[in-house]
Amino acid sequence: MTDIFGLLKGKPEDLDYKKKGVIVQGITGAYGSLHAHNMITYGTNVVAGVTPGKGGQKFEDKVPIYNTMQEAVDATGAKISIVFVPAKFFLGAAKEALESGIKLLVAIPEHVPIRDTMEALDLANQKGAVIIGPNTPGIMIPELIKIGIMPAMPFKAGKIAVLSKSGTLLYEISDALTNSGFGQSITIGIGGDPINGTRLIDAFDMVKDISDLEGLVIVGEIGGDSEEMLAQKIIDSGFKKPTVAYIAGRAAPKEKRMGHAGAIVMGTYGSAESKVSMFNKANIPVAKRPAEVPVLLAGKMEKSD
Amino acid sequence: MQLLEFQAKELFREYGINLLDSISSTNIEEGRKHAKELGYPFVIKIQVPVGGRGKAGGIQKCQNDDEFELKYPQVMDLTIKGEKARAILLEKMADIKKELYLSLFLNRSKRCYTIIASAEGGVEIESVKNQVIKEVGLGDVSDELAKEVAKEIGLEGKTADGFVDTLKKLSRLTIEKEAELAEINPLAIMQDDTIMALDGKFVTDDNSNFRHPELQKYQEKTEIEEQAEKSGFSLVELDGDIAVVGNGAGLVMSTLDMLSDNGGKPACFLDVGGGATTESVYEALTLISRIRRVKGILVNLYGGIVKTTVVAEAFLKAYEDNLIDLPVFARLKGTESEKAKEMLEGSRTKIFTSVEEAINAAVMGIKK
Repeated sequence: MTDIFGLLKGKPEDLDYKKKGVIVQGITGAYGSLHAHNMITYGTNVVAGVTPGKGGQKFEDKVPIYNTMQEAVDATGAKISIVFVPAKFFLGAAKEALESGIKLLVAIPEHVPIRDTMEALDLANQKGAVIIGPNTPGIMIPELIKIGIMPAMPFKAGKIAVLSKSGTLLYEISDALTNSGFGQSITIGIGGDPINGTRLIDAFDMVKDISDLEGLVIVGEIGGDSEEMLAQKIIDSGFKKPTVAYIAGRAAPKEKRMGHAGAIVMGTYGSAESKVSMFNKANIPVAKRPAEVPVLLAGKMEKSD
Repeated sequence: MQLLEFQAKELFREYGINLLDSISSTNIEEGRKHAKELGYPFVIKIQVPVGGRGKAGGIQKCQNDDEFELKYPQVMDLTIKGEKARAILLEKMADIKKELYLSLFLNRSKRCYTIIASAEGGVEIESVKNQVIKEVGLGDVSDELAKEVAKEIGLEGKTADGFVDTLKKLSRLTIEKEAELAEINPLAIMQDDTIMALDGKFVTDDNSNFRHPELQKYQEKTEIEEQAEKSGFSLVELDGDIAVVGNGAGLVMSTLDMLSDNGGKPACFLDVGGGATTESVYEALTLISRIRRVKGILVNLYGGIVKTTVVAEAFLKAYEDNLIDLPVFARLKGTESEKAKEMLEGSRTKIFTSVEEAINAAVMGIKK
């Protein structure tokens, strides 16, 4: 199982405890540079950038840029990278990162072909590495490290874990949680693609044993059956922390892709009804609106007191 | 994209999967020519991107010219689950011994391709009994595995050989065209024990389109959807009267749900993508102005760093340019929202701080 906190934060005896290095792949692109800047502002320790042909330059006069991932990893020892390259170059960038020893790869691009994701995932499995995404907003421990494109404003340090397929709904719901006094211990964007490097069940494994965890919020949407699998896993594992879910796409027509490549109902496979009924079976209330999530969570907490 | 039956069969034919003779047409004049070429009896099959065609009367047997003249227009005029006929396929009648089920699909939770086969096909997958299920990684089916599947569904001799051949061809097709689903249902055992694909469903991965120019001819998009794609938006047309616009697929879906819960009917799903700029919102309004049934626009933008004044500018410009004359109900989360409200005072755009308020106002406003 992946020790995600070990990767993101480390142990007190580590020299880089709470300042783990992150490499930005595609740091000179418009998108990559904007978010590299925002991550640095947030406090993330961006130690290097990679853009072929721009090696030797510096990003914002501070962060060294390398031509290849191998050089960047050799120079910094970083185990984390975030990828901002265009979708058709994702597989190449991911392979380079994984071959260089990256253990946590955050894949931002949308529209990565499924086969490319699967190939990258195969390699990650061989190397004992984790991919978050593609098509993810990223992963963060609020007020400590942000590896992604999420705005800083909705998030606050706390004791609720939030797992989400959607980006904007992650912001919206975290915002609602923060406003109700529920800070977040970690938020993980699964991504809106049909194949996820880290599935909801994998993300659940990453957070379920957090010692001071007070609650779990699952933000799902139509398509696939990862919510159903997670509900089953929660039943089987006997996880008892207050848990609330939200599912987007109840009103979506069948057989239509709703923005995300993965958000499609085929027959009954992927329908909102199927997900809601599995959550009900797991005794997890499903909010009708994002704003209802903190209300249901508070209710669950009262009951478990 | 999801291919129609006759398109899937074009690919099947290219890969050497056995098929009955068939010809597709889009009008009765063409159809008459094809009827002569094909010869009676044959089956008239509506081409729509949804299942349940048989039950809805979209598949009709045809024995002679009189029946053809009667049934062709009948089938052509059907609407099945809201889908009109894209074409009509005339296909020779089959002398079937048994109907099987076979598919290769992308198993999202297992993150691999999966074969489903059954000796009891011809019904929808949810009702297919005694399914044999095999995981096959990236979709490559070995000779050995194909034989094992044939054996497990009880096939022997010539039919087993035919099945193995079909499954391997279907696997090559799935890999080479990067399909999410390749389904043959029913896959028939004929009286002479040969194997034939009587129907075909084929769904490709849109994100791999750039590697498959040969599939572009199957792309079916409305003019507005095509325009949206060029702008980098995703748009799904729906049949209500309130256009729903937002940033991020999850947020827009969530807005559709809440609108529907409150009795509103969405006219479209429009995701302008992560950020929101004056240009992107103006472009979205341009698209919406072309959807005639729209009576109002519901906007839900969650921008951590988006300036709402920038979005307000887009609305003002759209009114100024006479692009829209519709009421807009907008929930804008972001910075400078007080200033944005001031800017829009006296215009037909109302700004709300919660999405619930914006939705209520939209539903009430449209009723008036």
